[in-house]
Amino acid sequence: MRFGLTEDQGLFGRSLRGFLADRLPLDALRRLAEPGTGFDAELWRGLGELGLHGLLVPEEHGGAGLGMLDAALAAEALGYHAAPAPFAAALVMAVQAFRSAGDAEQQRQWLPRIAAGQARIGLGFAGLAGQTGRAALRLEGGRLSGALDGLMDGGDATHFLAYLPDGRAALIEAGAPGVTATLRRSVDRTRALVDLDLAGAAPVALLQSSNDPLAAARRVRDAGRVVLAADTLGAAQNMLDRAVAYANERVQFGRVIGSFQGVKYMCADMATMLEPCRAMVWYAAYAQDAVPEEAAMAASHAKAHLAEVGREVARLATEVHGGMGFTDLLGLHYQFKRITFDRQALGGPERCRHDAAVAQGWIAA
Amino acid sequence: MDLTLTPKHRALRDEVDAFIAAHRDAAPRPGGGRKRPDRKALDWQALLLEHGYFARTIPREYGGFGAPHDVIELAIIADAFSRAGISPGIHNQGISMLVPTLLEVGTEEQKRRWIGPTIRGEVIWCQGYSEPGSGSDLAAAQTRAAVEDGHFVINGQKIWTSSAHFADMMFLLCRTEPDKSKHAGLSYLLLPMNTPGIEVRPLRTMTGRAEFNETFFTDVRVPVDQIVMGRGDGWHVANVTLKYERMLLGDPNKLQQRLEAIRRMMEQPGADGARLLDRAEWRDRLLRLQGEVIAARNHNMRLLTETAEGVDSGLGRFIVKYHGTMLGHRLASLALDVMGSTGLLYEPQGEVAEDDPATTWQIDYMYDIGLIIGGGSSNIQKNIIGERGLGLPREPKAAVPAGRN
Repeated sequence: MRFGLTEDQGLFGRSLRGFLADRLPLDALRRLAEPGTGFDAELWRGLGELGLHGLLVPEEHGGAGLGMLDAALAAEALGYHAAPAPFAAALVMAVQAFRSAGDAEQQRQWLPRIAAGQARIGLGFAGLAGQTGRAALRLEGGRLSGALDGLMDGGDATHFLAYLPDGRAALIEAGAPGVTATLRRSVDRTRALVDLDLAGAAPVALLQSSNDPLAAARRVRDAGRVVLAADTLGAAQNMLDRAVAYANERVQFGRVIGSFQGVKYMCADMATMLEPCRAMVWYAAYAQDAVPEEAAMAASHAKAHLAEVGREVARLATEVHGGMGFTDLLGLHYQFKRITFDRQALGGPERCRHDAAVAQGWIAA
Repeated sequence: MDLTLTPKHRALRDEVDAFIAAHRDAAPRPGGGRKRPDRKALDWQALLLEHGYFARTIPREYGGFGAPHDVIELAIIADAFSRAGISPGIHNQGISMLVPTLLEVGTEEQKRRWIGPTIRGEVIWCQGYSEPGSGSDLAAAQTRAAVEDGHFVINGQKIWTSSAHFADMMFLLCRTEPDKSKHAGLSYLLLPMNTPGIEVRPLRTMTGRAEFNETFFTDVRVPVDQIVMGRGDGWHVANVTLKYERMLLGDPNKLQQRLEAIRRMMEQPGADGARLLDRAEWRDRLLRLQGEVIAARNHNMRLLTETAEGVDSGLGRFIVKYHGTMLGHRLASLALDVMGSTGLLYEPQGEVAEDDPATTWQIDYMYDIGLIIGGGSSNIQKNIIGERGLGLPREPKAAVPAGRN
């Protein structure tokens, strides 16, 4: 009975952070972020060697069979280092989609490919999560047509998983006839969005085995929200750590600026907001696997709360750095923009709180 | 992370729910820490102690229930009382601050003598810390206690002594070693409030009530063995107490109780028949605060686990008071807005004051500012968070103008 990480989880988080710190010094991050696709083959391979691709894939399908808390720790590390690597959609939501609505054959066919890093799936959830943009897909005679905007992890994706308004999801191959995928660079150059235009595209799989497809889709959405919250936690922690380090070395008026209460209190405020978020993210992640009755509420609340705290920390940490924080030179803006992205993806905080109210039965959906 | 409810935990949850259902009429209103517990509150306390829903992990020889430390059990109990909006028992300075202090640094004799009657609500304590000249700078306390024929003889003045007008006992921080340095010259004494030479004068606050007092000491004699730890250890003991005071002031279960109370108000149809909970702008305000309360509660679970495992939470603990008191005030603020103009009715005097929702919320809304200031003000907390939690340097000392000290 404990509320905390296991020794293995602590070790996993540290080793992943160590790997990313080694691979992503600022000049490397700058280079990888330049194209804005959110993907780099070498980094992707390295993450695969650490077991990230199959993190959530059951062992019988070639994965590590770990849980959402482990995924949240990975997301936190990726956010901390603003890693341009598909994760939330490609390695968490896609896996949960197959597990919650794929039939046995579909799971047997696709989960091992995800775990091997061969299938990189961009995922579009637009309408069901409250993302803005076009969300008008229809399935007629086994063919998919219409438009879906804002797919996550879509840069260099091998496949796209497009959710239909009824909660079913269609897997389509990138580059298949009738599939036009337009890469849109986002303000966060470590992650792109893809807009899909489909004209009679033939899905390679239709995930429809759940007897309540909308509920299954919401579970996928919630898994995504948890990892985006964790990503913000990591990015905000990075900004706080750097603000504290800067406040400890920058000298003005003959004093280290961290000794001024004005600066110290900005740091204290950031820590006060951010520290409880850690346990909140842990719980929300854990609840996805272990507390089904609270899973939806915890995920949406964590996403919304981290969005609010993240925005404050992003501003305050930049301010602590003074004019330098505003420059491109320090690279602090990579985490700033990461937080900006996480806030809107899969629904902004107002929408997430609305979903939390529905999940508690305060109001009808 | 393992919060799985074992069959034992599920049984406990059912047991607590059944207990509340069976006994809810016997419960006093939640809160009530600002007055001496009445018969109803004492009986309720006895019932909770008997069932192990209060002081659950305090050893039996000191009057507790003697259960092993189990974070989940404590959470199940707190959650059940929160959900039901039922008083989880008495929370005052003796119970929440002195008792854990004695458990941590008291002698066996002190534990046996004081913990039982205190947790039963029979002995009420007040805290003699702040002085007119030492508020945030607590270690500058000047109240003297000289040793004379086996007694401390105390002279000086304390301020902000909440509950002193009805307390039986005081834990007092005073200067016993005037030759030693500021922090090393203090001791932590326990004394009855009816000792000759103590005068309590009420201090009326912005609430219109005298929740605080000034306490004057003139040759007050206390036997030298009424001390916690040794002479000169007062600063250490005072900080142990402050640690628990700050946890008390940031208590997330209280925040949860408030949130539930506001939600219930918002579920009631108003004069126009509509519920505020159905209106997006009101619901979003409640939801924002709910998110923060959830974070505070999860954080508290983490701290409880770390405490049980002997881990020093450091930063995680330093933020609790500042975070919790600010959030508490924002909850009270929403409650006032939800009540609107009917929440303006205010009759703070007399026994009914604590039973009238409008008056109680108005008192909370104002009293919370006192809590934000007391127990180490928010700015003091931010110094602690910045310096001890984050490792930022201390403010250089500025010279004191001539003639001031």
